[in-house]
Amino acid sequence: MTRNQQLVAYQTIVRKEIIRFSRIWVQTILPPVVTTSLYFVIFGGLIGRQIHDMEGVRYMDFIVPGLIMMAVITNSYSNVVSSFYSAKFQRSVEEILVSPTPNWIILSGFVTGGVVRGLVVGAAVTVVSLFFSHLHVYDPWVSVSVVLLTSVLFSLGGFINSVFARNFDDISIVPTFVLTPLTYLGGVFYSVAMLPAFWRRISLGNPILYMINAFRYGFLGITDINIWLSYGIIMFFIVILTAISLHLLDTGYGMRS
Amino acid sequence: MTPALSIRSLTKTYSSGYAALKGIDLDVNQGDFFALLGPNGAGKSTTIGIITSLVTKTAGQVSVFGHDIDRDFSLVKSFIGLVPQEVNLNIFEPLIQILVNQAGYYGIARRRALERAEFVLRRLDLWERRHDVVRTLSGGMKRRMMIARALIHEPRLLILDEPSAGVDIEIRHSMWEFLREINAAGTTIILTTHYLEEAESLCRHIAIIDSGLLVENTTMKRLLARLGAETFMLDLGAPLAHVPVLTGYRVSMPDNHTLEVEVSRNAGMSRLFAELAAHDIEVLSMRNKTNRLEQLFMRLVEGNRQRQAAAQRRRA
Repeated sequence: MTRNQQLVAYQTIVRKEIIRFSRIWVQTILPPVVTTSLYFVIFGGLIGRQIHDMEGVRYMDFIVPGLIMMAVITNSYSNVVSSFYSAKFQRSVEEILVSPTPNWIILSGFVTGGVVRGLVVGAAVTVVSLFFSHLHVYDPWVSVSVVLLTSVLFSLGGFINSVFARNFDDISIVPTFVLTPLTYLGGVFYSVAMLPAFWRRISLGNPILYMINAFRYGFLGITDINIWLSYGIIMFFIVILTAISLHLLDTGYGMRS
Repeated sequence: MTPALSIRSLTKTYSSGYAALKGIDLDVNQGDFFALLGPNGAGKSTTIGIITSLVTKTAGQVSVFGHDIDRDFSLVKSFIGLVPQEVNLNIFEPLIQILVNQAGYYGIARRRALERAEFVLRRLDLWERRHDVVRTLSGGMKRRMMIARALIHEPRLLILDEPSAGVDIEIRHSMWEFLREINAAGTTIILTTHYLEEAESLCRHIAIIDSGLLVENTTMKRLLARLGAETFMLDLGAPLAHVPVLTGYRVSMPDNHTLEVEVSRNAGMSRLFAELAAHDIEVLSMRNKTNRLEQLFMRLVEGNRQRQAAAQRRRA
């Protein structure tokens, strides 16, 4: 395939993915916006009033970046895992597998689809948060780069999950039992500085903590950890998951006999 | 001329240990309409899967228009259009979107893809349904849609794995006409089917696979010439009281309005009609008792099984 043909193939997958999640926006865009609004109302508006400032900022303002990041992580992951697994389940994935589209284009297309959905939901949640908090951006470059890279990382995670999944239960196990707990324990609602030393050390083993903190730094200028370490960890996982994803596509694991 | 498809010593053993292909050699000429036949589980779909990269081979070489599938996999894939045996369409997508996307995977720009989509959908009588999602289509329409999808990028080699399963007779005939047309325009076609009259009517070459081995590979004409005798059913104008004696023909009478006559290749049909006229037997119509190719197919597959059983006995 020429470069131009590869670009057409990439655009095709991305367009297909965007059309897919836009067509079912009631299932893909609306629920995270509603859920996050409830977090804002309950944790920020109602309970948050009883809580002191966190690291010098209002509790409501403190939790907003984490909640946006939580929505981005969950939606980037869900988009790729459900789309690719559904294509595998219906065997329509064979449409791409028999075509000359290179594997790295297939992966890029699906990951971009996940990133777009993650960012669309993230933007919607950000708009909702404006009704509850005085949002300001401390460092836009850090905010944008961290949310983008994190979205790429979890889209890759969703892709790997979909390749290994053998039934629809398998695509909900990781989001429910791994992603959600790690996100909740990743400092969305609290600063790890508040934790006893033992639990703080345990928390530092949670990669999502670094992403949420770096993103919060971009908004509020406060962080529990060094943001360059966050970038390093995100990039490390992106490289590893990309290598695994391409290996799975090259070997045809779960897709070719 | 370089063959459209060349297969050498192709083997496939699945992880379960099942040997689906045990060393196949096969050439398909450019422009041919080729039948790949065999009973269920013979290895046809595995062979097609390997050619189209959906199945990984254990050993052997496959080249398409002179290009090795391992070395030039991207180029080889661009040559091939596949109509798989199982329906593998996204049931939630509209037809036009599936086709434009499929063209996109081959690097065809959207405007050209839309033109091609209109052409193939019109030719396969699906244009009126272009905005409908796949799940609303009948089984036959889904089959035609898979043909449309396989043709969207104008492949040089079209592989059809049982394309007419579940398709009604009228649509099947219009599908055959369309396939003949694209074959005449230069597309090489490989067809697997269980409708042997379909293979006989469309294909010029034929290969038969059984238990992972190639048991026949010849022209349709030569294969049919091997049939020593054909059995015809004659519908009679008036009932007969006894089975007539027709010299040189084996005759039986399933009922008093029907004669079953075995006609050897040397005896021919003219003499049979002369005999019938001499006995004052009026024939209203006649038909083959079974499809000619079916008789040969059964004979070849049966022969292969007997040889394999004998070899197994010898080994034991």
